[in-house]
Amino acid sequence: MKQADFVSLVMPFKDKVFRLAKRLLVSREEAEDATQEILLKLWKNKQKISEYKNVEAFSMTMTKNFCLDRLKSKQAQNLKIVHSNYTDNNSSLQKQVEARDSMGWVSKIMEDLPEQQKIIVQLRDIEEYDFAEISKMLDMNETAIRVSLSRARKTIREKLTNTHRYGIK
Amino acid sequence: MVLNNIEALIEKYNNAETTLKEEAQLKTYFASDNVEPHLEHYKPMFQYFSQSKQEQYTKDVPLNTKKKTRLYQWISVAAVAVLMLGFFIPNWNSGSKTLADYSPEEQQMYIEAKQALAMLSNNFNDGASSLNALSLASENFNVGIEKTSHVKEFSKTTNRLLKN
Repeated sequence: MKQADFVSLVMPFKDKVFRLAKRLLVSREEAEDATQEILLKLWKNKQKISEYKNVEAFSMTMTKNFCLDRLKSKQAQNLKIVHSNYTDNNSSLQKQVEARDSMGWVSKIMEDLPEQQKIIVQLRDIEEYDFAEISKMLDMNETAIRVSLSRARKTIREKLTNTHRYGIK
Repeated sequence: MVLNNIEALIEKYNNAETTLKEEAQLKTYFASDNVEPHLEHYKPMFQYFSQSKQEQYTKDVPLNTKKKTRLYQWISVAAVAVLMLGFFIPNWNSGSKTLADYSPEEQQMYIEAKQALAMLSNNFNDGASSLNALSLASENFNVGIEKTSHVKEFSKTTNRLLKN
């Protein structure tokens, strides 16, 4: 497999990988690093790539695992400070903008969701995969995914309704 | 009619029972401007989903650099190999060969050269020993010069006597 073939194979879903990484890791830089790591891993295993049935689903699974590992290692090393540093910095810069921007609320609400739900909402509502694909990516059965997704959507709706009606954040 | 439909879809959506098509329908509905007031709070959610999909990974995929570093590694390996060869090849030619490894002619030549050199050094030694005789002669000269100085002294005194 040549570089051009690889790039044309990876092109369609590299943004999806990036967005999933960003959903989980929050920081843009972290997400960029993660995406790079995933793409390099794929490139290193390019001989085996033709054996994979669905490269895109495989990459999404890899991304999910990689990001969860990152988060875990961060928590273990007590490096959470770095993370909250980032969000702190971010909110001070963007707070005024986001206060008026209801889209920012949604992003904040999604940050508070449990990781599993975050991933599912990301894959279903943003990337628009069907349930069969998601169940392959996450190695879960479809009903479990539906339950989790429904919970996530209801949480988002509830928080959003509160914000909308009373301005509570 | 449309409103009823949308409300039903939202109900299904919250129970995660909608298909992708129905979700697309919801997204287009909430992207439009005429959203019913009591559904207004869903708007940011769907807009956020559509907007998030626009985000792109802008960094380059760093595949080229990876290859180059490999090449440099191999160049350094080759350089080291050449260097090692440079060290070992001369040693290996002269160090491990003895006189027996050469052809008889070469051996003959070697012996002849050795003899000629021995002769040369013998003659040098002879020359050096004959130089010893010269140094003896020069010693005698010195003695003679000292003696003539005696004669000079003698002639001085005789001259004084003659003057007086």
